[in-house]
Amino acid sequence: MRALKLPRLIGWRPIATTLILAGALAAVARFTLGLGATTNLSDEFPWGLWIGFDFLGIGLAASGFTIVAAVHLFHAEEYEPIVRPAILTAFIGYLLVVLVLIIDLGRPDHFWHPLVMWNPHSVMCEISWCLMLYTTVLSLEFAPILLEKFHIHSPIKWIHAVSLPFMIFGVLLSTLHQSSFGSLYLIVPNRLHALWYTPLLPVLFFISCIASGLSMIVLETLIFSRNGRPFLPTRLRANLAKAIALALAVYFVVRIQDLLSRGGFRDMTTLTYYSVAFWAELLIGFVIPFAMLLFEKVRISPTGLYSASLMVVLGFAFNRMNTAITGLEHYPSQTYFPSIIEIFIMLGITACGFCAFSFIAEHLPIFRIEESGNSHHQEALSGAQEPLFVSPECEDLRPT
Amino acid sequence: MTPKKAMLIDLSLCVGCNACQAGCKEENGLPPSDEKYLSLTAYTALNKYNDLYVRRMCQHCDVPTCVSVCPVGALTKSGAGPVSYDGEKCIGCRYCLQACPFHVPKYEWSSTKPSIRKCKFCPNRIAKGLQPACAEACPTGATKFGDRDELLIEAAGRIKAEPGKYVSRIYGEQDVGGTSMLYLSPVPFEQLGFDSRLGKIPMPMLTMSALSKVPNVVSVGGVLLAGIWWITNRRAEVQAHESSLKKGKTQPQEDDE
Ligand code: SF4
Ligand code: SF4
Ligand code: SF4
Repeated sequence: MRALKLPRLIGWRPIATTLILAGALAAVARFTLGLGATTNLSDEFPWGLWIGFDFLGIGLAASGFTIVAAVHLFHAEEYEPIVRPAILTAFIGYLLVVLVLIIDLGRPDHFWHPLVMWNPHSVMCEISWCLMLYTTVLSLEFAPILLEKFHIHSPIKWIHAVSLPFMIFGVLLSTLHQSSFGSLYLIVPNRLHALWYTPLLPVLFFISCIASGLSMIVLETLIFSRNGRPFLPTRLRANLAKAIALALAVYFVVRIQDLLSRGGFRDMTTLTYYSVAFWAELLIGFVIPFAMLLFEKVRISPTGLYSASLMVVLGFAFNRMNTAITGLEHYPSQTYFPSIIEIFIMLGITACGFCAFSFIAEHLPIFRIEESGNSHHQEALSGAQEPLFVSPECEDLRPT
Repeated sequence: MTPKKAMLIDLSLCVGCNACQAGCKEENGLPPSDEKYLSLTAYTALNKYNDLYVRRMCQHCDVPTCVSVCPVGALTKSGAGPVSYDGEKCIGCRYCLQACPFHVPKYEWSSTKPSIRKCKFCPNRIAKGLQPACAEACPTGATKFGDRDELLIEAAGRIKAEPGKYVSRIYGEQDVGGTSMLYLSPVPFEQLGFDSRLGKIPMPMLTMSALSKVPNVVSVGGVLLAGIWWITNRRAEVQAHESSLKKGKTQPQEDDE
């Protein structure tokens, strides 16, 4: 297997180390001094940067379920090479989000309460359950990669045998909580600015996470292609780009149509603190990348695709932060800007994520370059060595 | 079942003496002072709007938003009316602060083991057949405790008897689905900092419309995904089969999924 390296980002290691150390210190401060002393959160603004980060992390990890669904449920097998990167991204993304959620809780020592104390009316309760279950599914989807590395084969077979229901379960869980993050805000029509509040929030959150999750994967394939041969053929990458463009277009149409139908024209067209944030998000994350991706030239050019995907991810970040922060501010009387400790904890955890990703990508068979036309064979081992989650029918349901 | 309790707060009778706040603080062991806004040390607060005084507190909603959003059920609504809080359950997600339409719950931000604080509607006193400390302290009857049904009738009666004195609305009768705190006012409520955009539908309904789709998403989605898997899988199989046997053979046996 070809060794793949992260792009040469000069000084990446010292930067990451500094960020992680700063984050760790900030976390110590947060736990010893409490939320009040270390954050800019308040009774008027009880949720801030960290919640925005959670939205972001979960949204960017959405590729985990879309790609698994495409390859293993819809049998688009040619995308097999990106299944593992997608699962790894999702797995790391979810672990980080769970970590941030726990840091964010006023009573981190009670974090397990949602497991035993239920409130079926609470979106937050549903999300906790989905996060937990889906992280479990992801660890099952990830486990074979690890086990394979250490040549432990019997559990792999076992995991394969139950993979189909688990994959379906995972896709359903993702659909639910990706949209439920939007549902969190359904209950605050009186607080969230009309440019973001809509009964369609869950739908919009779901559509946009598909675009951002796919963009994230496209970015990864591009970054990890640089040294070796591209490990996803250009044609397939261009197809992903088409899927992204489609999701962007659907999102844009639904969002604008909904806003107009609920009388948001004035909010959109008068120059305010909010409308600037709104258009920044829409232009950077949706309109411009969509326009770019319309061109075949952009879809097949690594640089073009890279910029377009990066914009989708940035615009997505904007969108989630706007929903979580800007839309809830009362400009100019009541605004929120995260404290330095909030920022450091977020950056530190993000750096952990990047380090974990590049470390695992280097040491485990995540990005595998196709040698033949068939991505399935790169190790001279038995059938149990098949990559992740080969549908069970390969072994036992074949017509005789 | 215990009848639903409520308090009728007639702003035209309030003289701004702040006895309610003092009584509340004594009852709850809070440091005495006259506060204008709800806080960790003021479960009820008295604010002045021109020549009117408005006391605020938890509304003890009939369908409380805070109870519906709390993931662990740390907030509960009792039949008699009080919305109570159990700090032993609370995980500190602060969704209740975010969601309460009246901005009531306050958080112990400076603590490392923080809790929510808000008016409790004196459940211990109610259980003993007493009135809440604030109502007992009120010298003018501006805060009156009683059965909700009876208080509503009384409020309607007061409006009818002196239509010039009150705006014809009982705030809390239907707002966000009805609350335990009922207000009468001589001037439109909007002028006194009441949110009039909240509507009559309980806020939790907004979430329920989304949450109620969960079972559908799971069942329909599950069947759909399994179906797509089966079809695409079968198509691939058939293709493989057909290409391996050049001539068209009959379909393979139905071996179910
Ligand atoms: S006023 Fe707020 S805190 Fe009080 S019961 Fe209603 S929703 Fe809950
Ligand atoms: S902060 Fe506590 S009481 Fe409020 S919603 Fe969260 S868990 Fe429930
Ligand atoms: S009902 Fe009890 S807790 Fe609430 S304001 Fe009155 S005295 Fe205070």
